[in-house]
Amino acid sequence: MSTNLGVWIAAFLTLGIMSFLYKDNPIYKFCEAVFVGVSAGYWFVTEYFTVFLPKVWDNVETAINVLQAEGRMDWFHWSYLLGGILGVLMLLRLVPKIGWISRWPLAVIVGTTSGLWLINYLVSNAMVQVRQTIIPLYVAGNLNASIGNIIIVVGTFCGLIYFFFSKEHKGVFGGAAKVGIWFIMITFGASFGYTVMSRMSLLIARMDFLVGTWLGLLK
Amino acid sequence: MKDKYIFRTGVLLIFLFMFTSLFLGMDTCLAQEMGEAEILEDSLAQPPAPPTNVVAKDAPNDNGHALLVTWTLSADDGVGRNNVVSYQILRSDSPEGEFEVRGLVPAGENIFSDEGAKEKEDANYFPPHKDFYYKVRARSDGIFSDSEVSAPAQAYGQWYHTGKTPVLFAVIIFSTFALVFITVARKGKELYIRPLAGIEAVDEAIGRATEMGKPILYILGLGSADMIATIASFTILSRVSKKTAEYQTPILIPCCDPIVMAVAQETVRAAYLEAGRPDDYKQENIYYLTSMQFAYVAGVNGIMIREKPATNFYLGKFYAESLLLAETGSLAGSIQISGTDEIAQIPFFVAATDYTLIGEELYAASAYLGREPVLLGTLKGQDWAKALVMIFLILGALAATFHFQWFLNLLKVQL
Repeated sequence: MSTNLGVWIAAFLTLGIMSFLYKDNPIYKFCEAVFVGVSAGYWFVTEYFTVFLPKVWDNVETAINVLQAEGRMDWFHWSYLLGGILGVLMLLRLVPKIGWISRWPLAVIVGTTSGLWLINYLVSNAMVQVRQTIIPLYVAGNLNASIGNIIIVVGTFCGLIYFFFSKEHKGVFGGAAKVGIWFIMITFGASFGYTVMSRMSLLIARMDFLVGTWLGLLK
Repeated sequence: MKDKYIFRTGVLLIFLFMFTSLFLGMDTCLAQEMGEAEILEDSLAQPPAPPTNVVAKDAPNDNGHALLVTWTLSADDGVGRNNVVSYQILRSDSPEGEFEVRGLVPAGENIFSDEGAKEKEDANYFPPHKDFYYKVRARSDGIFSDSEVSAPAQAYGQWYHTGKTPVLFAVIIFSTFALVFITVARKGKELYIRPLAGIEAVDEAIGRATEMGKPILYILGLGSADMIATIASFTILSRVSKKTAEYQTPILIPCCDPIVMAVAQETVRAAYLEAGRPDDYKQENIYYLTSMQFAYVAGVNGIMIREKPATNFYLGKFYAESLLLAETGSLAGSIQISGTDEIAQIPFFVAATDYTLIGEELYAASAYLGREPVLLGTLKGQDWAKALVMIFLILGALAATFHFQWFLNLLKVQL
């Protein structure tokens, strides 16, 4: 059995969280509160040292120093200042009378990143995917490859029909959409099984900690 | 007896011939090997011919921190003395200055991309708009010969990436479709969108919560406010919270991201205002829990068990926590409506919740519920873009089958 206090605390918290499987209880409530509180505090400290200090404070300070020394700033210095100002505007939520100003940085975040994502999605989810699906339906001398390619093309085509929202799923169109959802569900089934197996490895790791590291029963 | 004598003499002669041939052969091989060794020694002792025509030019389609160097191979690369092992690329900021090694390529190659970092603080910083001179060194075993110094070249960034022209066309086509349909929708024309089971159930689920006098739990997922799934979820939240305002049903929204929390507060506040019940809006019901995935799960699971919400919405970006949340919600007896574009998590939602919006259905749901011309028009535009993709898919498969390469090149995108 371990003589390390940290291991004992970790084992207690692990068992406390697992006790939720039985029912909600005071030990679970305690462990939950510790988990949520500690993680929120940890996140704050991490954000402070990895985001706020290097990306906001240091850059704004550099920009101000450059402005004082040279009387002018490069465009990227201005962008740092702009980011800093938007950050301060977010804090205005704490002042009820002018809290509405905090919507401006929110609008900048949502609007700008939506535009950026449009291109990324279009390339990765549409163009590259379509390009990968454009494959020969017949591969000379290789029946397996031919069947595989036909399945991929038919599956993708019918899957796209399922996600066509402007037409009701009836008749031939409905039949193709049904084939599409079958393809999708078979894919989900495979993904489900694969992920369950990976979750089992997480459970095994926890059990290994309890039985091996804590109780020392595994040699 | 005579025959025996002739046979023995014949065998002796054959052996004699083989023996002589062997020695002669060995001599020839030895002479050949010695000759080759001499040639090799001779070629290694002499430096290879230098590369020629070294040209440096700006690397295309980049952010301005790279130069492309090309040269004509040494006359001893693969031919001649055939003793070039590799080429070393050297750079200096003046033709007479000290040259530093920037890279190495094997014999037979005649192109090198000299790339550097864009951050000034980086040791490998590559300044744009500055003259650089290159020379290429053909290397043999310990000896080398340098090319002439190239003409100066500067790196600069390009505003237009020529390899992404197909993306530009795709954006123009998609935007045109969207703008046309937005205009049509704004003119008041009814645009048909097929019913989605998960969305049809929203009103029923809110009604159930009202009848039971229990709250609604709305989970926006673990995504940040800039993710498309989260943005779609905000639109659905607007509709759901408007309904909860009308029915006076409390809505709980524990968030795992402070920005998401801020946007959710604004969304719900606006919905309550629109419903004519601004006083019923409770900001304390939309709160930050934690940003750590499983701690967030522990917190939300606790809320589910203690508050016993009648309806749970899981709409947004979800990861490994999806099943943990949905399973607990199922145990708590809540009606559950889920939706995400995270493909690996959809199977869990399909298995553990009552209604699931699969992938793009989540985006469609926001348009379906919102009924705003912009959203409806965009969805219609997406549908037409999808129709175009389907046509391309069929034509492309036929083109690949019958080897029409020019058609396949149309969709080639440089990433």
